[in-house]
Amino acid sequence: MADYTVRLRRYYTSYTVAFFAFVLMLAVLERYGMPPRWIGYSFLLLTIFLYATIGVLARTTSVAEYYVAGRRVPAVFNGMATGADWMSSASFMGLAGTLYLSGHQGLAYVMGWTGGYVLVALLLAPYLRRFGQYTIPDFLAARYGGNPARVVGVLATILASFVYVVAQIYAVGLITSRFVGLQFEIGVFVGLAGILVCSFLGGMRAVTWTQVAQYAILMVAYLVPVTILSHQVTGLPLAQLTYGGVLQQVQALEERIFVDAGEIEARRLFRERADAYHDRILSLPESLAEERRELAARINALKNDNAQMREIVALERERRELPRTSEDARNYWEAHMRQAAQRGVDPDHHMTAYPSGGESVNEVARANFLTLVFCLMIGTAALPHVLTRYYTTPGVREARLSVFWSLLFILVLYLTAPAYAAFVKHEIYSHLVGSPIAQLPLWVSSWGKIGMVSIEDINGDGIVQLAELVLNPDVILLAMPEIAGLPYVISGLVAAGALAAALSTADGLLLTIASALSHDLYYKVFRPQATTQWRLVVSKSLLLVVAVLAATVASQKPATILFMVAWAFSLAGSALFPALIVGVFWKRATRAGAVSGMLVGLLVTLYYLVRVQFDSIPWLHIQGIGMEPWLGIQSTSAGVWGVAAGFATIVVVSLLDKPPSRETQDFVESVRYPEFDR
Amino acid sequence: MRLDERQRAYWHRNLRLTAWLLGLWFFVSFVISFFARELEHILFLGMPLGFYMGAQGAPLTYLLIIWWYARRMNALDLDYGVADAEGED
Repeated sequence: MADYTVRLRRYYTSYTVAFFAFVLMLAVLERYGMPPRWIGYSFLLLTIFLYATIGVLARTTSVAEYYVAGRRVPAVFNGMATGADWMSSASFMGLAGTLYLSGHQGLAYVMGWTGGYVLVALLLAPYLRRFGQYTIPDFLAARYGGNPARVVGVLATILASFVYVVAQIYAVGLITSRFVGLQFEIGVFVGLAGILVCSFLGGMRAVTWTQVAQYAILMVAYLVPVTILSHQVTGLPLAQLTYGGVLQQVQALEERIFVDAGEIEARRLFRERADAYHDRILSLPESLAEERRELAARINALKNDNAQMREIVALERERRELPRTSEDARNYWEAHMRQAAQRGVDPDHHMTAYPSGGESVNEVARANFLTLVFCLMIGTAALPHVLTRYYTTPGVREARLSVFWSLLFILVLYLTAPAYAAFVKHEIYSHLVGSPIAQLPLWVSSWGKIGMVSIEDINGDGIVQLAELVLNPDVILLAMPEIAGLPYVISGLVAAGALAAALSTADGLLLTIASALSHDLYYKVFRPQATTQWRLVVSKSLLLVVAVLAATVASQKPATILFMVAWAFSLAGSALFPALIVGVFWKRATRAGAVSGMLVGLLVTLYYLVRVQFDSIPWLHIQGIGMEPWLGIQSTSAGVWGVAAGFATIVVVSLLDKPPSRETQDFVESVRYPEFDR
Repeated sequence: MRLDERQRAYWHRNLRLTAWLLGLWFFVSFVISFFARELEHILFLGMPLGFYMGAQGAPLTYLLIIWWYARRMNALDLDYGVADAEGED
């Protein structure tokens, strides 16, 4: 065992050193004129090739290797693999962007995604490891006697993991389309190939060892740019310690910018625009016809004036995009109205907690902050792809330590994300805001091309105002090296890291979905007599099917990454967390209680999430289902209702039911109490 | 399965440790966040205390909680002679 660990350590150290050498080599080549596109290619191709090599070397046909990596992953390496598995594109790309946009409010993600590990460590990991099977539905089935609990567990696992995996593949499409210049939809399927080479042949074993490799790359990629920037701005390369000072400067900049005359003017114009949309919506359908007439008149006037072709084309496109029915027009203009209104709002200070514009605390913001922290924590402690990782350690003691290592490796990123937000904000407030629109930096146009950055000079003064700038949170991190004027090789490095984050999480998730289907549904429910070999064949084919399905959904470009991920957490938390916890700590919980609790939790969350977030579902032809949120809680925290409903249902139904059998009680004891040497 | 005194004592100590640590977890996560606005005037590393706790303080506390739990429980396992040898399956 010790020998094995030493060998692993040597492999991965030399591998990390080689990766550093590769980055340095590219940096030198860039000096000598290597074009950026080639740098992008070399990063993406080399890293995917590397993962594929590990994936092929770790191929296996043994069931224990395939599902739980042979249960001999040392705690430290399991920690790293869990870290990579855990840190998705939402953490890597989305988090810094959200912190940039919402300041203190974004810290809910930092706390939620780290605090959940306390629940994993104290309430779940050691007990699951002592139980020692393959999947989370395995545990539910053993505790609650049989297939009903297993099937509901499978349903929840698949639903949550699928929403999550779609978000990862979407991110892969975003990265490849920007850095290699592929079309978004093609990029999605290229990324898919990258995901499949890791997990297809070797299951958990291959995924674990590629994840360790991916962890190294994503950490280097996350730390290098912000360290350089910290050195440039403050003279100290420790971004985590210096960003407090930078935030002080940001605060000073904010105090100046927020009351700038141009800013106030721009915000007023946006509010007026929102009001104009409002009036137009009220006077439908005449306003639509009028709008059409007016555009036609403007186009004619331009044509008669022999104006620039470009302007005419732009107006004609505007006319083409005009909605046809007044129902469409209402939705279209409402979206525009919301956008304009949002840009017209007075901005909040980065460091102020629960800002309300005045001295008082914004109660709704506080409630949303606390419930989001809660949902993300509960979700962390219930997402099957993370929990199954603790089946792969050699024993209970290693499982406990492994949670510690996991969180330590994860913290490296989470403690740095707020620094990113601070440095980028400092850069943008001190350099971009107030600069002339005629001399915009290059990154604005290169990211603007794929619709991630836009600047609209609404007050026509030729100067960039903060209110005129719109940044998509998902690109703040990817664009950061360019924003700070770092060499392109750093951009390539960040892209490779983001890709590693998305691929590693997608691997773990796809494997979890495939295991739930092949192991839990096919083998345990439908064909217990299936041979080992046949089970692996089924699992591998399902992996392919699910992967293609997820890529198809992702190519439709659904909501932003962070939103999708937050939903996955709420779904997993409300369906699985109560049943898992109660399964260990309350012997009296019965099968009927657990099954109904899981279903109620899941349905309540789904119901709330769908009705708050969507007003219509076009492909089901459902309309007008939107509702006002309860107590102002947003859809990302939908799980708070689901978890409460789930716990309540389990307790009430179990107490009405007759106590569980002797066998079940023995099972709980076997999970709680270790065997003692006498 | 018949439980003996030693097993009950072991479980009891485990529960007590878990409850204490969960209390600490709850305090840094929810109580401090609830009063983030009131803690605004205390600065730490250039940040208001509420902001600092969310960005660094709470995550580091979580790490300490998990480390302490693993340490205490693994020591408890040794005290009670738990048969959980490495590499068992």
